[in-house]
Amino acid sequence: MIPGRFEYHQPETLPAAVALLSDLGEDARVIAGGHSLIPMMKLRLAMPEHLIDLRAIGTLRHITVADGQVRIGAMTTQAEIIDSGALQQSAPILRETSLQIADPQVRYAGTIGGNVANGDPGNDMPALMQCLDASFKLQGPSGEREVAAREFYEAAYFTARDDLEILTEILFPVSTAGYAYEKQKRKIGDYATAAAAVLLGKGADGNCNHAAIALTNLADTPIYCEEACAQLLQSGVNAASIQSAVQSAMGQIEPVDDNRGPAEFKKHAAAVILKRAIDIAWSRN
Amino acid sequence: MSKTTIKLNVNGQSVEAQAEPRELLIHVLREQLQITGPHIGCETSHCGACTVDIDGKSIKSCTLFAIQAQGSEITTIEGLGNPDKLHVLQEKFKEHHGLQCGYCTPGMITRAHRLLEENPNPTEEDVRFGIAGNLCRCTGYQNIVKAVMAAADELNQPEAVA
Repeated sequence: MIPGRFEYHQPETLPAAVALLSDLGEDARVIAGGHSLIPMMKLRLAMPEHLIDLRAIGTLRHITVADGQVRIGAMTTQAEIIDSGALQQSAPILRETSLQIADPQVRYAGTIGGNVANGDPGNDMPALMQCLDASFKLQGPSGEREVAAREFYEAAYFTARDDLEILTEILFPVSTAGYAYEKQKRKIGDYATAAAAVLLGKGADGNCNHAAIALTNLADTPIYCEEACAQLLQSGVNAASIQSAVQSAMGQIEPVDDNRGPAEFKKHAAAVILKRAIDIAWSRN
Repeated sequence: MSKTTIKLNVNGQSVEAQAEPRELLIHVLREQLQITGPHIGCETSHCGACTVDIDGKSIKSCTLFAIQAQGSEITTIEGLGNPDKLHVLQEKFKEHHGLQCGYCTPGMITRAHRLLEENPNPTEEDVRFGIAGNLCRCTGYQNIVKAVMAAADELNQPEAVA
């Protein structure tokens, strides 16, 4: 399986990469860790004439925590996220999620930027980023802008990123609320049959003062479950409110039959996974 | 597209190859440099038979263009041991029957080597999780895990020289 012919570019700075992408236009694709794009190129489902490799741009690889905000460079790998003590302190749900992505070899190469930018409904980071209320920094020929993760995903492989923009950085507030990323999968390395990212904060009075819930691979985009969050915030976290939150979230999903099972099975799995994630997140307060 | 000169350090030796950008590292290693320890199993980033160590990371060499590895240090199974002096992992795979057909073994051992570098005292669960990117269709993994655990024990003996 040999990909089609292409010309390879390895710019050393972000401005050079943006300029190159502007010049080459739709004939070019940006490559980060390559573990989604190279398999697609082997199958000739992607046949870019130019590849712009971001690996030499050091400024895209960092994890910074300051002033209550976490900033992660797009080229930071899953392995670097897992090993980051700063992230474990400031947003432990990241490590829990990264450890459930693919396998060790893929995590050494796969990047957070690629995972969120690709728009693959099977990717785990998009729902997590919605849960964390993250923003994505996009750099294009006419400058820089930020798009909220909750606004970014339009359909499978379609996002708010313009073809001439490069996703450079991910930003989100420090998150020490109770957390859980629960993922049902057929085996290690597989995409989710159903997965749920949950953050629940507990106030001094025992009430739920923060709730964020998002689901992976249960529709052609990640699903942010606003109504389910409102139910937990209003009624507190108890058996009845968890049940109605799960029910409300299940009303939003649109799983399809595929080799991971029929839609009905996925709905069942999603409800079990979400309830489990809520229980774990709440217990971690 | 024209070919580019790719300079690599493979198993301690500086080598060069000429490759088009679309040539995958596994093909350049096997077909041009005659380094045939890393195998082509699935060629779809799943099986791990092509695993090599690049700058201290376990990488599936079917999912990297050779040109992307420009200037890097690569270790393959050939760099870990040889028939006259097996690596501890190779000894233990032999002793514990950690292979049947042997096709996955170079990738398994190359990956296990990096795992033990990063975590010299793994639990059985650590080993199973750490080699999850390497598939074996013969053994059921029991003896592979035993072999890796035994290698860790041996490497941790005070007199052991890795």
